[in-house]
Amino acid sequence: MTYDVQRVREDFPILRQTVHGRPLVYLDNAATAQKPQSVIDTLVRYYTEENANIHRGVHLLSQRATQEYEDARAKVQRFLNAASTEEIVFVRGATEGINLVAQTYGRRHVGPGDEVVISAMEHHSNIVPWQMLCEEKGARLRVVPINDDGEILLDEYEKLLGPKTKFVSLVHVSNALGTINPVGEMIEMAHRRGVPVLVDGAQSVPHLGVDVRALDCDFFVFSGHKLYGPTGIGVLYGKRALLKAMPPWQGGGDMISSVTFEKTTYNTLPYKFEAGTPNIAGGIGLGAAIDYVNGLGVDAIAAHEHELLEYGTRELSKVPGLRLIGTARHKAGVLSFVLEGVHPHDIGTILDEEGVAIRTGHHCVQPVMQRFGIPATARASLGCYNTREEIDALTRALDRVAEVFG
Amino acid sequence: MSELRELYQEVILDHNKRPRNFRTLPEADHMAEGHNPLCGDNVTVYLQMDGDVIRDISFQGSGCAISKASASLMTTELKGKTQAEAEVIFQRFHDLVTGGMDDVQEDDETLGKLAVFSGVREYPARVKCASLAWHTLHSALDEGGRTVTTEEGDEAASGA
Repeated sequence: MTYDVQRVREDFPILRQTVHGRPLVYLDNAATAQKPQSVIDTLVRYYTEENANIHRGVHLLSQRATQEYEDARAKVQRFLNAASTEEIVFVRGATEGINLVAQTYGRRHVGPGDEVVISAMEHHSNIVPWQMLCEEKGARLRVVPINDDGEILLDEYEKLLGPKTKFVSLVHVSNALGTINPVGEMIEMAHRRGVPVLVDGAQSVPHLGVDVRALDCDFFVFSGHKLYGPTGIGVLYGKRALLKAMPPWQGGGDMISSVTFEKTTYNTLPYKFEAGTPNIAGGIGLGAAIDYVNGLGVDAIAAHEHELLEYGTRELSKVPGLRLIGTARHKAGVLSFVLEGVHPHDIGTILDEEGVAIRTGHHCVQPVMQRFGIPATARASLGCYNTREEIDALTRALDRVAEVFG
Repeated sequence: MSELRELYQEVILDHNKRPRNFRTLPEADHMAEGHNPLCGDNVTVYLQMDGDVIRDISFQGSGCAISKASASLMTTELKGKTQAEAEVIFQRFHDLVTGGMDDVQEDDETLGKLAVFSGVREYPARVKCASLAWHTLHSALDEGGRTVTTEEGDEAASGA
């Protein structure tokens, strides 16, 4: 079956609107993706017909809400090919997942003089939690360098792994460069030294098929809103044995089995890490988003986006004065660029006027900007509903930039 | 496109391309740095005061056309002005770019050439670009220089 992008577009009501009198060309999917009608309907139905608190009520609505929420967890488990739903912890997003691991596993296993290894293309969310941990513990953050194409230098990575290395945390797909990192190989290298690895999948899950057991990662995090789901919901996957041995993070309701003023017994997995009433609607909405993505087929989405990426790379390369930032051999749908003599902010404003929504700025990866000696980039990032015509709209809008700044 | 032309007026494009007083000032007795952490823009403003009068003023840094032109025009407009006059102009400029001023006369005497920034008010996301150099100047004059960012204080909170 061929991928019918026009039919896909019909599933996303937001794409029907105009911006500044022009059809919306939404190319900011790495920031957040739009939501299909089925996800929106699921949220409306949940609040209209099922809203209740979960895991406690004996009444019908509570049972229904609990069932749906746990069904969503099972959908995530199958989507990632995790071994069990016990390994799927609902969190607010990838950022919270990383913080959870840093504050529980990290605090227990990283001590003075130890080292945590990350890459030079990490999002701030995969830098700062480890910096905080290292500062607290007197440990050291080591950074794997990248080359001019935005690819990790595996030799340097190998050299950084040593007896002091206690943890590795790596981005799967770079939000600013689009690079798909060879995380499978990097996990294997770390495991040879007994070092566990967290993979930040915020940008990979929507664009590649991810199999956590094939990768053999110890932890994996992603955010629902980049996967066509609601904001405020995300997932931490962790290997059962690791999660089981970890202390809880936040204390509160739902994460306990019994509480007295003398002693609390913690709940079983994954509830031990889910204190308080969670984002129930968000979890159920994420389940609907996964259904949607499965319906299209992750591989079909990946193939469509790859074709667009190649087209976009060709077309943008023809724009005078344009330089692509991030030219790795293995890339997902991110086109980051700078234009000679025009600051990315000005590009962003002019493109917006043409109906083209992109992101400009440092994309929460200031070290990457420093690495390439630029203050910011303009970034077009692709999703399942983007078309060649939209790439053409982007390049036409870039002509307007040239007109204004001539 | 017309609003865009309103934003990117020739004077602004010219000052972006050839910023005036774009240098350090070895004789500076006041200095402050400003950052916009959202986009990585940064500016350093140098002042040489003669009593209450701005004898010389310059800037360095990197940023978009709006922030660069704003800094550049600020230096050309403020040279020779007193501190009190500078603060009045800042207030007028602030009102201009935030839309706090209803009708802006092209020949507004207080604003002078700064009136070319009237288009900014149609672009709320760009107000911070236009005002970064001014906040930095304010800090250099008022507090003897410290780092300011667009993401602190009431000004930033109100979206200025």
